[in-house]
Formats: sequence, structure tokens, C-alpha cells
Amino acid sequence: MNPLKINRLRWMLFGINVLCLGIEGTAHTFGVGIVSSRGKILSNVSRIYAPPKGGIHPREAAQFHAANARVVLNGALKAAKIDIKDIDLVAFSGGPGLGPCLRTAATAARALASWLDVPIISVNHCIAHIEIGRLTEGAKDPVTLYVSGGNTQVIAFDAGRYRVFGETLDIPVGNCIDVFARGVGLSHPGGPHVERLAREGKKYIPLPYVVKGMDLSFSGLMTEAVRRHRAGKDLRDLCFSLQETAFVALVEVTERAVAHTEKKEVMLTGGVAANSRLREMLKLMAKEQGAKFYVPPMELCGDQGAMIAWTGILAHKHGVKQRLEDTMVKQRWRTDEVDIPWRGSRR
Amino acid sequence: MTLMKKGAEANLYLEDFSEVLHLAGAGKVVVKHRISKRYRVPQLDLQLRESRTALEAKLFADAKAAGVPTPAVYEVDRVGMRLVMEFIDGKQVKLILNKLTPARRIKLCHLIGKQIARLHKAGIVHGDLTTSNMILTPQGKVFFVDFGLGEYSPSLEARGVDLHLLKRALQSTHFKVVDEAYRAVLTGYRREFGKNAGEVIERAEEIERRGRYIAKEERAWH
Repeated sequence: MNPLKINRLRWMLFGINVLCLGIEGTAHTFGVGIVSSRGKILSNVSRIYAPPKGGIHPREAAQFHAANARVVLNGALKAAKIDIKDIDLVAFSGGPGLGPCLRTAATAARALASWLDVPIISVNHCIAHIEIGRLTEGAKDPVTLYVSGGNTQVIAFDAGRYRVFGETLDIPVGNCIDVFARGVGLSHPGGPHVERLAREGKKYIPLPYVVKGMDLSFSGLMTEAVRRHRAGKDLRDLCFSLQETAFVALVEVTERAVAHTEKKEVMLTGGVAANSRLREMLKLMAKEQGAKFYVPPMELCGDQGAMIAWTGILAHKHGVKQRLEDTMVKQRWRTDEVDIPWRGSRR
Repeated sequence: MTLMKKGAEANLYLEDFSEVLHLAGAGKVVVKHRISKRYRVPQLDLQLRESRTALEAKLFADAKAAGVPTPAVYEVDRVGMRLVMEFIDGKQVKLILNKLTPARRIKLCHLIGKQIARLHKAGIVHGDLTTSNMILTPQGKVFFVDFGLGEYSPSLEARGVDLHLLKRALQSTHFKVVDEAYRAVLTGYRREFGKNAGEVIERAEEIERRGRYIAKEERAWH
């Protein structure tokens, strides 16, 4: 038997710390994280593709990932102070995300797992965001608002799966803010600029507020905000109004999910979690609903490899097994398609 | 004042008619109070609460006229943001749908579909079709008790969204019976809506496919 396999057997039999290497590559971030089965994050290294102008071009982002994979991987191993042979398990982001980026990360993961002869696990990116937050913040059963440039979902666990209670019907909220920012001449990424300008905004300009049941829509809001800017409205007031309108809609839908599920915890994650106004609003809502409020540290809110690694460990521990041919990427992988054995079927 | 339900956007109180409206009255009433949210900028807060309160009262009345059971509205208070309405005694469809026998569930879903079609024919879209907003009375009527996100719209898109939302609600809360239940809703809808029902159902399917997280044909290699 090859020595690596013996090593792994020893780890499994004695419950000794297992190390998982997680590769994230759903959009503009290529990240590698190394996490132990005891929940310790040994390292978490990323490089982020920044388009010279405009938004992310999937193919260019994928080329960036391929070009940076080695540096990021070596950086993560070095920061964790381990040898690549110490890795017991490889996990990667199997979706949802941009096809070329997903395939690049998957290829790296497959190559690594084959070479090391260790198991490979394809992890759902959205679920990984929740799991890393549950690990570091100690939230047990939160209603999660996951908001980023690529995703907008309100998620809560029920009967064996993470159920999507609300989601965007068109563009994600981060994309709404970014495209608005570009439309009014601010540089990428637009979020921080819009937030800064919004603080100086005073006057609320009514903009399209679209909540459909528990679902949301931001495309009309984005278009109208850009149109108002062209019509000569003050940019600071517009940034303020755009944020208020989009965030109130997000908080309203999250609040409805909290009321509906009667859960006592609210968690915010994703890149847009960096926005302090959104945090403030959710915190107020959670308080009014008698729920605790959690936000993971920003480096764990954005896309990174540690969340993939940790979710890989959870799946592996609970008997999820995949063969190489099961690791096809899924660009539109739904959060509620994935069984979550590590949380049982309790509500 | 007995707090009946603390909802996301409003508190519901169960009260006595004589205490709220008129001494001569009798019976129970529900007071729906849209509460101010501290997280909302004041203008938006006022705008949402006022427009939803006034619109909801009007939608209740028009839905009833279209043949959809809704509670009678006794008072609209646009300053206090309160609606005073009839108390409907029955069971929330959310709580019973999973437990019914398949035959009864299908019958109930037919009725729900029929009532949605009646709303749509009257130019109303509900905007929040979930089983927690429906109450089944002992007489077998299904009351639609919350029109807080409703609107007047004759558009195919709005109607499609309505059906899609109900499907989403069934998926998240009644995942075990969703296929059968939704199919029965559509059957009831088709029967009542008439020949153009197919158009609305197709649009609902299109909206679902438009969604961000729905599998589409992806490229050949992975």
C-alpha cells in the first residue's frame, strides 16, 4: 500500500486531524484555503482578478486563475507551514459560478487530488459561505442573507437541506451597485465608492422598490438610478437612495424569512456584507425580531478557499463520497439541491 | 389588545368589535397595524406603510367582488396605518396541506387555483401567494387574508410571477407534495381562467427558467 494511503487510514482510524485543501474559483477570486477537521483555518490565500475596465469577462478571469493557481497554492501551503503531501482531502467550488472559472478551479482540484491520491469533493459555493460563518461565529441555525456581486439569496435550513426562501429574480444586489457605479463613472469595484458617497447624501429620491413575495428584483432599480443621474440628480443623493432602496428590500425579505421560520439567528455574508449601512439595518431588524445577529470577519465574508475546505471536511466526515467523474461543475447549482447530512434532518 | 401574530411588516391583534369600532357591535375583529421600521429611511417607511395599507383595503374589496373570499374591511386608518377587518376562523393552509389525504389536497389546490384565476381575471395580482396567507374555513371556503403586496396589473408578467411565487412557496414549505399540489393548482387555474391560461402558465415557467439558479443547457465539457 502506498505510504500516503496508510497515513490517511491512520488518520481516519484514530480521528486524528485531517487536513483539507479547498480551492475557490467561481468568479473573480482564485483562492486556496487549508483547514483542519478540528475547524482550524491554517491558511487562506487569494488573488482577485480586477478587470482593466468594465465587468468580469469569464474567460479572462479563468485565464487569470490559471496563471495564478501555482502562486496561490504555494502561498497557502507556506502560510500553513505544511508540505503538500500532508493534505488528506481536496475540495473545490463546483458551482454556482462562471463556467470557465469553475472549470479552471475544478481542473486544478482534480489534478491535485489524482496526484496526491486523496478523495475529492465538489462543494456548493453558497453553502460554503454559510458553513464558514457557522464555524467561526458560532451561529447554530441562522437565516442567512448572502449578498455579493454574483449572488443574492435568503437561505435557511429545513428538513435536511438549505432552503432558499428568497432570491433575486434578475441581477444580484452587488451587481446592481457595480453596474450603477460604472454607469455614473465610478471605478470598479463600485461598492465602496457608492457607500462613501451615500454617507454624504441627504435627500431620499424615490426609486423602484421591488419585492415580489420573498423574492427581489434589482434591474429596474439599477436602470432608473442611472437614468436619474443622467437627468442631473445629485450623485450623493442617488447613491444614498439606491442603497436605502436596495437594502430595505433585502432586509424586508430577510425579516419575512425570520418571521416565517421563527428562527432566532440572522447571519449576513458575501461581499456586500462589507457595507456598514446594510449591517446596521440588519442588526436593527434582528433586534426587533428578537434574533441574534452575526457577520463573519470580512476576509471570510468574501470568496475564499477556507470556506470550501471546511465544507469539504463536513461532507467528507459525513460519508459524502465522489468519484472524479462526479465532479462536473454546475454553473447554476441551486443551494437547495444539496443534501446536508452533517446537519441531520432536524429542523 | 391580544397580539395574534407578529408578522414581518405588521402586527395582527385580535380584538372585540365593540371595543374598536362601535359599542353596538359584536364579534371578533382583527387589527392589522403596519409598524414603523427603524431600519428604513423615514420617507420610504412612510411611503411603504401608507400605500400598502390603503391599497390592501381596496384589493380586499375588489377580490371579494370577483368571487374570492376575503375578510370584510371595517376601517382604514391611513394615519395610524391600521386596517380593522373581520376575523376569519379556520385553519392556515400552511399547517394542513401536508397532512391532508391526496384526494382532499388536490381538491383544495384546485380551489386555490380557481381563486387565483378569479383574481387575475379581475386585474388583481396577489404578489405574495403563500399557504400561510390562506385560511380554510370549516365550510370549505379558502380565504385569502393578506394582500399587503398585491397590485392592480393586467400584465402577463405579473400574473406569471404570481404563479411562480406560489410554486416557490410550495417548494420551500411543502417540498414533499410540491409537484402534485402545484399541478392541481394549475388545473384549477386553467378551468377558471379559460383559454388564455396556457399563456400565463408558460410565462411562469419562463420566469423560472430566467432565474439565476436554474440548470440550463451548459457547454459540453466540464
